[in-house]
Amino acid sequence: MRQINPQYLDELRRVVGPQHVAVDPGERHTFESDAFTLVRGRPDAVVFPASTEEVAGVARITAKHGLPIIPRGAGTSLAGGTIAIDGGVCVSLTRMRQILDINLRDRCARVQAGVVNLHVSQAVTAQGWHYAPDPSSQMVSTVGGNFATNAGGPHTLRYGVTAQHVLGATIVLADGSIVALGGTYDDAPGGDVLSLLVGSEGTLGIATEITVRLTRTPAAIRTQLAIFDSIDDASHAISGIIAAGIVPAALEMMDQATLTAVEQWLRLRFPLDAGAVLIIEIDGLEPGLDRQTDRIAGLCRRHGARDVRLARDDAERAQLWMARKKSFGALGRYGLSYCTQDGVVPPSRIPELMRFIADVGARHRLRVATVMHAGDGNIHPVLMYDENDPAQVRAVVAAGYEILDRCVALGGSVTGEHGIGIEKVRHLERMYDPDTLAMFERVRRAFDPDRRLNPRKVLAGGAPCVELLRPPKGIPA
Amino acid sequence: MTAVHDLDARLRTCIHCGLCLEHCPTYVDLCTEMDSPRGRIVLMRGLHERRIEPTPAVAQHLNRCLGCRGCETACPSGVRYGELLEHFRSQSGLPAESTVMPRLMAFANFYLFPYRRRMRAAVAMARAVRWLGASHLVRATPLARWIPDWMLRLDAMLPTTIDAAEPLRREYRAGPRDAQRARLFIGCVAEVLRPRTHRATIRVLNRHGCDVECPPAQGCCGALHLHAGRRGEACALARANIDALHGDAPVITNVAGCGAMLKQYGDLLADDPAYAAPAAEFARRVRDVSEFVATLEPVPPTRAMPIRAVYHDPCHLGHAQSVRSAPRELLRRIPGLQLVELNDGELCCGAAGIYNLTHPDIADRLAEAKLRRIRDTRAELVITGNIGCMLHLGARARRDNAPIRIVHTMELLDEACDPRTAPPPYNPDSEAP
Repeated sequence: MRQINPQYLDELRRVVGPQHVAVDPGERHTFESDAFTLVRGRPDAVVFPASTEEVAGVARITAKHGLPIIPRGAGTSLAGGTIAIDGGVCVSLTRMRQILDINLRDRCARVQAGVVNLHVSQAVTAQGWHYAPDPSSQMVSTVGGNFATNAGGPHTLRYGVTAQHVLGATIVLADGSIVALGGTYDDAPGGDVLSLLVGSEGTLGIATEITVRLTRTPAAIRTQLAIFDSIDDASHAISGIIAAGIVPAALEMMDQATLTAVEQWLRLRFPLDAGAVLIIEIDGLEPGLDRQTDRIAGLCRRHGARDVRLARDDAERAQLWMARKKSFGALGRYGLSYCTQDGVVPPSRIPELMRFIADVGARHRLRVATVMHAGDGNIHPVLMYDENDPAQVRAVVAAGYEILDRCVALGGSVTGEHGIGIEKVRHLERMYDPDTLAMFERVRRAFDPDRRLNPRKVLAGGAPCVELLRPPKGIPA
Repeated sequence: MTAVHDLDARLRTCIHCGLCLEHCPTYVDLCTEMDSPRGRIVLMRGLHERRIEPTPAVAQHLNRCLGCRGCETACPSGVRYGELLEHFRSQSGLPAESTVMPRLMAFANFYLFPYRRRMRAAVAMARAVRWLGASHLVRATPLARWIPDWMLRLDAMLPTTIDAAEPLRREYRAGPRDAQRARLFIGCVAEVLRPRTHRATIRVLNRHGCDVECPPAQGCCGALHLHAGRRGEACALARANIDALHGDAPVITNVAGCGAMLKQYGDLLADDPAYAAPAAEFARRVRDVSEFVATLEPVPPTRAMPIRAVYHDPCHLGHAQSVRSAPRELLRRIPGLQLVELNDGELCCGAAGIYNLTHPDIADRLAEAKLRRIRDTRAELVITGNIGCMLHLGARARRDNAPIRIVHTMELLDEACDPRTAPPPYNPDSEAP
């Protein structure tokens, strides 16, 4: 690891205040990983700025000393997007949690990057509004982190991902300059640079303030739980619903392994012998909703649903969503570490992919639980492993490659919402042709010629792959 | 001596999802990973695997934890964080606590608070000083500089009035008939600073047809010691209480912090060959009073109390014991009482044992935030089940010159039940807490 140069630390302390620079090895140790734990890397220092100006000051100091800069929100990345592989300065934006302005007449809110996703909705819920993108981590993850990964969530099926809900942003560039993109309107002149930044995982700049679109909360909501004996039936029901032209607000699936873990925690009386359940939510105006729920229930039954239940009230609905959104965490009850994959296939190919995932799990002797944003074909197989067993660790990496390769082969993608991070750098190379990758590379160099912004994430840029995450033998590189 | 054997597995139950972060009062206040439950578990694991040294900074972050266990409620993976924390505070060779807790405070914490008689003498002294106006005098002179801040805070926390009360009798019979019996856990601080809570508890239990015994040999529950990593002393106190309260009758406590500790005696003494079985048996008998009364045949309160009120969940009742609905259920029996819910009700108020003395800044900010959310509800009364929360919130509210009435669940139930013992009709302006 690089030597800590006391001079740059003093400069950082002058910018953010001495108590907001963490240098103790123990303190830096807590930033070694985010929610992706296969690889770790300790930053040389962690700073906690409170304003755009302070972030810019930090960027100038790192530019002067040629240090990597790793932005971080709540640290819930499932692809290792915030891991300081080569050390450097981690910029934790969690102290920037002010909602700066709420403007309901113009349907938008301006927030600091460290504001928690859910807090935006909570601030306007009494007035009948909400912030639509709802990643499962929304009770802790930040708007800045959501911006960086272009986060999705169950309701993105109907409402779109983060990119569709960001109107403007203040960005700190690699050299410390501050630029303002977009505004409170939809179509800013000068090309849509903002969209280039959304989902760039902190490799082009650091978003410090973000203007988001607020969405009117629907007048009426229905949430159904459909119970299936097998994953296969549930998968066919998903493609059946989408093929029938119904676009629910959300269409989610949990398999038996997930249900069992959630049930151990919440005791919601899920049927533990079920192969899979679907959570189906529709919203809109009250008239017509019941006819739609009937239609959906009919489709589910036709594909073999054993039972279709309707949440009786808001409390029951909230419980279903709590079960779904915290299901990743509940899988920790199996006592193993895990790696959550994030593949996408067209909904019609879900049954095929689910069978493939079961095969891969069996072949590598890994326990697999699957949760999915079924409506848009975004599948999260959770591969569990004992981190003290090197063979299992290698098996997890190999299984990840096989599953995502199949996703691409089926016409899908290697990530739906978690981003590339450190985990999927090689996967991305397998998905795009060399010319496209070269273009990405040129764009990145234009913003950050020294490759100091979140280095080795998204695009390797000639740097070696993290040894552990290298494609295993038998898989064409 | 340790009760945590499978440390590796327990630490690895944390899968780093981070869903605990916003349920942690110190993370919400300081916004730093190392002051979050996930961060602290990484620190513990780092110490355990010897990947980091127990530096003062590491100790600071582990000591900054309130021990509210809000993260356990939030954790989908089932990490038993409280036990891990206690283990690491007592085992891991962290720098001595004297750096965190000044010696004099440690003395007060371990040799004064746990003993009712000493505590009573100290409080009498403090009140005499206050009555003479001496504390104002002292504060106004340069002498004040030499008085540690925590002593001034302690003085500020003393209630403005402490009602005179007869010493507790050994037994309070519900009536002539053969009644159910309960043993009251008396504890230390509560009986000295707010004797009315125990009296109200006894009357409520009697009214529900339950005889109450108050065995005099019992002492402090040991929670303060255990949470500060002094496991040996905590175990000694636990053994004494198990002996003093032996029998079949349920052990009833009206202090959330004590209740959580008493219910933990089984784990605490699991390695003690002589006490493992009795401790486990004892822990099974422990009930918070609200939990216990809710299981008895209801005696509907007769007095209407048309008041807007919030119930504040003490962490060691809600998070540590999962007792949330019982007190609300009992309070809803009071005619006219309008019970409203608090935003972010699961976040600690900052009292946390003696945390408000060891970490005054964070404790104050948490209390302010809690009081702000209480005021947002426009409630005129706060009901809760823990003396620590009552003193801490009360002191903070008084300092802001915005006193609010804070009562124990049993006190309000008692007031609502018995017109003979009830004070005159409630008037929010007449009483500072």
